[in-house]
Amino acid sequence: MSDLADLSVGGAAAGLRAGEFTAVELLEAVHRRAAVTEAELHAYLTIDRDGAARAAVAADSALRAADDPGPLLGIPVALKDNMVTRGVETTCSSKILSGYRPPYDGTAVSRLRAGGAVIFGKTNLDEFAMGSSTENSAYGPTRNPWDPERVPGGSSGGSAAAVAAGSAMIAYGSDTGGSIRQPAALCGIVGVKPTYGLVSRYGLIAFASSLDQIGPLTRTVEDAVAALEVVGGHDPADSTSYPGSFPDMRSGLEAGVSGLRIGVVAELNGAGIDPAVQAAVDETVAGLERAGATVVPVSLPSVAYALSAYYLIAPAECSANLARFDGVRYGLRRHGETVEEMMSTTRGEGFGPEVTRRILLGTYALSAGYYDAFYGQAQRVRTLIIQDFADAYEQADVLVSPTSPTTAFPLGARTEDPLSMYLSDVCTIPSNMSGDPAISVPVGVDENGLPVGFQIMAPALGEPVMMRVAAEVERQAGFTARARLATSEVG
Amino acid sequence: MTWETVIGIETHVELTTASKMFCGCPVDFGAPPNTNVCPVCLGLPGALPVVNGRAVEYAMTIGLALNCSIAPHSVFARKNYFYPDMPKNYQISQYDEPLCVAGHLDVDTDGEVARIGITRVHMEEDTGKSTHVGDGGRIQAASHSLLDFNRAGVPLMEIVSEPDLRSPEQARAFVAELRGVILRLGVSDAKLEEGSMRFDANVSLRPSGSTEFGTKVEVKNMNSLRSLQRALEHEVERQQALLDAGEPVVQETRHWNEDAGTTSGMRSKEEAFDYRYFPEPDLVPVEVDDAWRERVAGALPELPAQARARYASAGLDPVAADLVSRDPAAGTIFEEATAAGADAQTVANWLTGEVTALLRRQDLSLEQSGVTGAGLAELAEMVDDGRLSASAAKEVLAGVVAGEGNPESIAAERDLIQVSDVSALEPVVEEVLAANPDAVAKLHEGDGKVIGFLIGQVMRATGGKADPAAVTAILRGKSA
Repeated sequence: MSDLADLSVGGAAAGLRAGEFTAVELLEAVHRRAAVTEAELHAYLTIDRDGAARAAVAADSALRAADDPGPLLGIPVALKDNMVTRGVETTCSSKILSGYRPPYDGTAVSRLRAGGAVIFGKTNLDEFAMGSSTENSAYGPTRNPWDPERVPGGSSGGSAAAVAAGSAMIAYGSDTGGSIRQPAALCGIVGVKPTYGLVSRYGLIAFASSLDQIGPLTRTVEDAVAALEVVGGHDPADSTSYPGSFPDMRSGLEAGVSGLRIGVVAELNGAGIDPAVQAAVDETVAGLERAGATVVPVSLPSVAYALSAYYLIAPAECSANLARFDGVRYGLRRHGETVEEMMSTTRGEGFGPEVTRRILLGTYALSAGYYDAFYGQAQRVRTLIIQDFADAYEQADVLVSPTSPTTAFPLGARTEDPLSMYLSDVCTIPSNMSGDPAISVPVGVDENGLPVGFQIMAPALGEPVMMRVAAEVERQAGFTARARLATSEVG
Repeated sequence: MTWETVIGIETHVELTTASKMFCGCPVDFGAPPNTNVCPVCLGLPGALPVVNGRAVEYAMTIGLALNCSIAPHSVFARKNYFYPDMPKNYQISQYDEPLCVAGHLDVDTDGEVARIGITRVHMEEDTGKSTHVGDGGRIQAASHSLLDFNRAGVPLMEIVSEPDLRSPEQARAFVAELRGVILRLGVSDAKLEEGSMRFDANVSLRPSGSTEFGTKVEVKNMNSLRSLQRALEHEVERQQALLDAGEPVVQETRHWNEDAGTTSGMRSKEEAFDYRYFPEPDLVPVEVDDAWRERVAGALPELPAQARARYASAGLDPVAADLVSRDPAAGTIFEEATAAGADAQTVANWLTGEVTALLRRQDLSLEQSGVTGAGLAELAEMVDDGRLSASAAKEVLAGVVAGEGNPESIAAERDLIQVSDVSALEPVVEEVLAANPDAVAKLHEGDGKVIGFLIGQVMRATGGKADPAAVTAILRGKSA
């Protein structure tokens, strides 16, 4: 590979340690790529030129001193702009946080800095992570590096596009209903939503606290493991953080799938799935079977209600989480004659239509007299979904489905119809509701040459078996196609 | 028609834990504004709460002292409403699964003991503090407002009583007793004026004998026991006048105005907040196992009721027993003074009488006053010995509070020691008798009234330092 920007984390780490190139050179390669791709993609909201340069210089010093904190030393990393970064503007793609520079780093960000990562910039997202196309950004949409007329998925669309285009070596996003996996699928890269609690949420600006989880977007499964190892593990600052030891996801990567039971979820395959997507998924399942796995049909009957329940729980939590953006202390402020008028005018102007819609939905769902019928009922559905998954994992080690029912769709295709947009996440939402891990791995392209993502779900803390299957899928798919904007002709 | 008063009280108590409810910032009420803050208590985007285990323990202590059951599993919830000094525009509180439930507190009003139910004790976080500049401190027309978030996140306990109180006087006694419990537990400084203990009252009236509740009115903004009683008396009168006139009581929240001595409407039932409570997803439930509960229960100190019973059986009068059992500072001084040999009732009289009066005049707390058990015992002994007159003793006490030293040295310094030595007084008495033959004659005739005149003459001759009791004894000897 001629361009350093196209290296995997493993390749770059080896090259840095062998002295083939420096962290500063690696950063320059990513800068050069971004200089070309950003004009078309708009993956970034902020590129922290100075901060990244300082981190790269520090990484080179550490390399010379053989002071090696691990695999991300000197690696250019992009962060979704809902992860707070000390002194670097963090907006959640919202006007209401325009100009906000947090006074602290979140836990994942601190761990990346401690690990020597070079934080290159902050990526675009659907405002407050609400959306599936990155079109709900107050600062304009991100485009898909495979076809700029199409969306990159969302809400972590900027992170996915950057990794696919080579303007970041890896990126982090947050996944509340599929916001890492769906854009990873639409951009032809790997995206992981870890077990709820495996990565600290401290410093992730909350959308829906009981569903949000930080995870990596990478070009390979092994890169995803490295990216998770650095940010994951218990954090006393997050009460919902998993207190046990971090699972070993690495040692099974070469183990293959012989003897494993692969559960094909009836409700998430077939009906409602684009035929080209389903064909690629079916082919992948057949490949796993050929590699020695047993394929078993499983059913998750309650997932039929997952989307509806999600659209009560997530908005309910967001209605409280976003209440603090009131014009009193930071970001946008509009004048009002009374405090109420100042707050409501600020919020009315500061939030986009999708965020406003969800705040209203959530406020309604929690209102006196409606709580039990809406929020209460949704929580009961959630319990049923968790039970369904538990039953399914009696029969199978992992469950599989398409990540997204379709490949990347054109910009504007779903913006007028929120429900059609919500259906983009029908396959990914169940794992958020259960708190279990899931990964999207690219397995092929459709008739338009657009990538298809294959989703592997596992029980809580089942990342080792999930990664083991993902590595096998990756080997079999041999997915080497590159996004148009990542190919050298562009540069 | 006669009406029965029904009152329930909600009390908020700020805990004196070292750190806040959900972060490590210090709880320190004297610090400059916005210095004890961090991303968590400022509610900055991305920050998350972590429960302070010590605060849970303090809350359990209160619950156990109020005879509550401690829930093995309790849950935090978000209480949603917008206010500029609320960092997140929701308050982390407890709602349908609080830590402590179903307790009681016995309240003695003039010898009549009533058992007042405690519905619940739950944990929450305090808000920041707004100072609205201009227009009498109300937010509506202030020119601007200042926000101090030092108080944001301070552990706050809400103690909710059943509507078991039947008069403003009993409500006052309930709060006084509750404050005594809190002070004895040492979990809060429970200062009413400074707001570390605050209360709201729900008041309704119903026809005597009825078991149904009338329409209740919530009264807010009372910041002393006296203002609580006054506000409640006013509200009861207001409701009674309405009901007697056949007019309905409107369910609403009313604001007590201390200076005007009246309440005014704040918001009606229709304007009441819908707090949209739901379980706090950033926190896990609080789990209390038997071992933890037993450990906290085993460490409970003596409570006011127990102390009061002990003092009463030692012969202390009820007013004194109340003071020394509810106020730990007074209790400590009392215990020290009696241990030093002073008479219990004498020390109690000092504490409830002159000490309380002096501190009130000088606006001091007992802790600040310099009054000690040893000092009070010394003072009592000097009075008992006849070396100090009652009025001189008050002067000595003032000297103690002024930091002039111990009673003995102050009395000497101020030349207040009485002469009660007979051999010293005898010559003076002789001189007075010699100078007043008419009076001496009357004395011998058995005219009791003249003795007062003669005592006065002796006092004048000694510059007021003669012990009247000793002089009387000498004079009586002469008249026999």
